[in-house]
Amino acid sequence: MRDSRRTRLVLALLVLTAFTLITLDYRSRGGGFFGSIRRTAASVFGPVERAAADVVRPVRHAVQAVGSIGSNHKKVTDLQRQVSALQQQLRIQPYDTARVTELEQLLHVSAVGQYKLLYAQVIAVSATDGFEWTATIDAGSRDGLKENMTVLNGDGLVGRLKIVGTSTSTVLLAIDPEFNVGVRLPNNGMGVVSGHGHAAMSLMMLDPTARVKVGDGLVTQGSLDQTPFVWGVPVGSVISATNPLTGDVQTGSVQPFVDFRALDLVGVVVEPPRVDPRQALLAPPLPTITVTTTATVTATATVTASPAFSFTPSSSTSTSATGKPSTSRTPTPTPKPTSKPSVTPTSTVKPSVTPSVSPSPGKPSG
Amino acid sequence: MAEIPRGVLIIVLVLIAGIIDAVLFDPMDLPGSPPNLLLLVVAAIALVLGPVGGAVTGFFAGLAADVLPPADHLIGRYALVLCLAGYLVGLARDEARDSVFFALAAVAVAAAVATVLYGALGGILGDGRVDTHAILSGVPFSILYDVLLAPFVVPWVMSLARRAAPQVTRT
Repeated sequence: MRDSRRTRLVLALLVLTAFTLITLDYRSRGGGFFGSIRRTAASVFGPVERAAADVVRPVRHAVQAVGSIGSNHKKVTDLQRQVSALQQQLRIQPYDTARVTELEQLLHVSAVGQYKLLYAQVIAVSATDGFEWTATIDAGSRDGLKENMTVLNGDGLVGRLKIVGTSTSTVLLAIDPEFNVGVRLPNNGMGVVSGHGHAAMSLMMLDPTARVKVGDGLVTQGSLDQTPFVWGVPVGSVISATNPLTGDVQTGSVQPFVDFRALDLVGVVVEPPRVDPRQALLAPPLPTITVTTTATVTATATVTASPAFSFTPSSSTSTSATGKPSTSRTPTPTPKPTSKPSVTPTSTVKPSVTPSVSPSPGKPSG
Repeated sequence: MAEIPRGVLIIVLVLIAGIIDAVLFDPMDLPGSPPNLLLLVVAAIALVLGPVGGAVTGFFAGLAADVLPPADHLIGRYALVLCLAGYLVGLARDEARDSVFFALAAVAVAAAVATVLYGALGGILGDGRVDTHAILSGVPFSILYDVLLAPFVVPWVMSLARRAAPQVTRT
């Protein structure tokens, strides 16, 4: 009953019709009667379909979202990765800016002080807090480093190389209790600065007649053969000083210029300057280049201009070179034994390495 | 509801199904052959009317699909395919009346036949978009989609078609 002759006949007829249609359409090649049927159907159903598409579009997107969960997940993962990478860049940017600043400061040190520096990154700071103040930098013997080289950054003295490995080195920081460095005062008096951890560094004058004032900036005296300390590196500023009796040695405390809690980029002095930069680096490097250059020029000029007599007051040098620090220390609480602040007749202008406990020509030290 | 002539109901259902296919299922870019709502409507009507009604409905439904706008193939190609599919499903009408599983199996067979036949016709008629691999890889998906969709479409269309039946012979 279900597959009778009649049904087969109907089916055969329909199939035949379909084949006829196909053949006719095939021969007319999209034109003729069938072409017009298509065009009519398109103009009738097209708008209907467009309206229907507007209705079902949300459904379609929803179904599509379900259907493409896998690829969407991948897309989401990719985007998340991108976002986190960009966020990381964004987070890093301030550090990059800070790094640029540090590099500029180091370049300033290198340019003004005529040091030849090898730049290195602090990669670790000693964890044995309070006992050992050391840091590891990412440069070593293969970069040409040797033990007892001076390490500095844009602010001043960082320390000296203690252990030099192949690719890393250990820096004994200037605040390590074992650390001592000879310093020179603006008036060329000399002292020794020792580290005391995060407490202020201590200063002990070598010369009983030498006196120091609060606010004085100290630079390294320079060791014999410039090892371990090259000359002219800013160490710190005096924050307190005793007022000893005549003939006693003055002591004090010093605030280092370097922030040892935030060490990042440092320079290792691989070649000391041929000429003592003196106090040139104590001048604040920030405002304009011209200030620092004039300071350097005058310093070198006087060195060359006064080769003969070693006791020249060389007031021009002192005033210009120490001019910047001295302006900032106007309200000095100390009783000013050395009045005439910056015109003090300095001894031994020549960049001598020898400590030369100076004859101190008649300074009215109080 | 009983006043609606069956022929009108079928035409409306076929057009709706064809348009939904064109605007919803075909553009979804699902893997394999897209779900074929039109085939499900034809199958449901064939399950009510039997082989002759299925074949006739399939023929005209296919003809409609052949001219609905995005269609870009020879007119009559899909008419032939759905005509045969409707005929096959109509043959299973009596068995499917007792067994849901049989009805689903009939839909699955119709889906497979439709996909393969449509592709094969394309190959015969020189449609460059058709190749054997595409046909064979599309078949499992079309079966899957249509069988998944059938429970939501077929019973509903069947009940509509039965209720709209005024006097058509039940051969």
